Amino acid sequence: MSNAPASVPALEVADLRKTYATGVEALKGISLTVQAGDFYALLGPNGAGKSTLIGIISSLVNPSSGDVRVFGHSVRTDRSRAMQMIGLVPQEINFNLFETPLDICINQAGFYGIERGVARERAEKYLKELALWDKANAVTRTLSGGMKRRLILARALMHRPRLLILDEPTAGVDIEIRRSMWKFIEGINAAGTTVILTTHYLEEAEQLCRNITIIDRGQVIENTSMRKLLAKLDVETFVFDVADANGELPQLADVRLARVDDHTIEAEMSRAHDLNSLFAALSARGITVRSMRNKANRLEELFVRLVEGNLGAKEAAA
Amino acid sequence: MNLQRNLIALGTIARREIVRILRIWAQTLLPPAVTMTLYFIIFGNLIGSRIGTIATDSAGAGISYVEYIAPGLIMMAVIQNAYGNITSSFFGAKFQRFVEEMLVSPMPSWAILAGYVSGAVLRGLMVGLIVLAISLFFTKIHLYHPLVTLSTFLLAAVIFALLGFVNAIYARKFDDIAIIPTFVLTPLTYLGGVFYNVAQLPSPWKEISHLNPILYMVNAFRYGLLGISDIDLTWAYLIMLAFVVVLATYCMSLLSRGVGLRS
Repeated sequence: MSNAPASVPALEVADLRKTYATGVEALKGISLTVQAGDFYALLGPNGAGKSTLIGIISSLVNPSSGDVRVFGHSVRTDRSRAMQMIGLVPQEINFNLFETPLDICINQAGFYGIERGVARERAEKYLKELALWDKANAVTRTLSGGMKRRLILARALMHRPRLLILDEPTAGVDIEIRRSMWKFIEGINAAGTTVILTTHYLEEAEQLCRNITIIDRGQVIENTSMRKLLAKLDVETFVFDVADANGELPQLADVRLARVDDHTIEAEMSRAHDLNSLFAALSARGITVRSMRNKANRLEELFVRLVEGNLGAKEAAA
Repeated sequence: MNLQRNLIALGTIARREIVRILRIWAQTLLPPAVTMTLYFIIFGNLIGSRIGTIATDSAGAGISYVEYIAPGLIMMAVIQNAYGNITSSFFGAKFQRFVEEMLVSPMPSWAILAGYVSGAVLRGLMVGLIVLAISLFFTKIHLYHPLVTLSTFLLAAVIFALLGFVNAIYARKFDDIAIIPTFVLTPLTYLGGVFYNVAQLPSPWKEISHLNPILYMVNAFRYGLLGISDIDLTWAYLIMLAFVVVLATYCMSLLSRGVGLRS
């Protein structure tokens, strides 16, 4: 384990660039800092460069230039110490499908130089905590998708990493298991482990993460705290289920109303605008509202706007 | 990581390899036993009985054909299995992507290489002992020079484990790990003096045979078991050691650059 003081950031990424042999420029100078103990969201649309970034941090991808430091240790010049700090939960299942969960966990600990006796105790602890102990000696190819995901998480914890990187850890997992996994990871974070999360379930990132970076097309387009980011959202979209949406829609300042189908109206409105006047205007037009809901969660709304805004800016510049 | 931790990591790979070899024994240990038994029956008993003695040992006693080919068959099995073990195991780890378990760990490249080579050498040893046991049903084995026998076995197994590792690094599909054994390794083995004395070949085949590295391994091993060799033992050791150094350096270079492993 490192003797790095607590003030050293868990992760420092400095002007990181990656151009693949095919010519694809996946990262165009990414810089970010994750403080120790943080629960950090790394979001971006497909192809944004998240997996490349995580690949470089975990030394699976060679950077073209720039540096990554994990608790002060450079992945390039002090790889061994840097890797000792990191636990990786990859997006793809990447364990031997002919081995057992117990062997996979014990072997993983062995790769970090942990003695077999200690490794077995830890494997039992994590497999039990993740409800996999009854499958400890089953061949892994017989496990369900949710079990495989939990096994990857248990494996990543075997050397007690100080920085846990979760790349789509709950993809394809049912809601019950997903929630239990988040509860477990929150516990890991509360115990002092820094967590970096990438996910397409944005409500989870909103609920769990304190800080956030959004990247798109290899560049950081937002890097702030979750609270500040959500405060930026000044527009919300509501969906109204109405008795009949075919009448003329009212005209209101700061509200954009649109008919979706015969019984659905969407209202995009400033957060400063009150809903009472909208209901009154709808009522005056004889439109009866049966129910309403937010079109998307707040982070999702912001994410879409930021990414679309970035795309629009790129197209305008082109 | 310090040395002790690195050795634990290396031992973990080697242990996993042994578990794998024993788990799929019908694919790893049984086929060479069956194949070599057939070689002993056909070449040793049926054809060999008509050939009679093919050479004389240092004491002037005649050496039967089956006795002559036994060391070559053991070495052939060791070479093929050391090579096959590392190609199938390491390429399998790449294919299923669990090689990433090692790549994200702090373990250095030399420990990864040494772990896989150890597994391949251990499979070579297991298969070599099985073929040796089978050969005892057909002929007598003396073990004239135990150190030469052991060192030649180790060097040959390491050389072909390293060659297999290079093959697995560059392989992108399963065909790529089948081509070299079929079209390179097997012909070189058959032409490496397993079944005949290269000194009896006409020119230029005799000289060409000396370009085959397997010739030196087979003959050094034969010297260890029978006390006779078609080639100079010093040359055999020099060539084998040179192969180990060059191949190990090349493998380390591939691993440190991440060729075939890191994008």
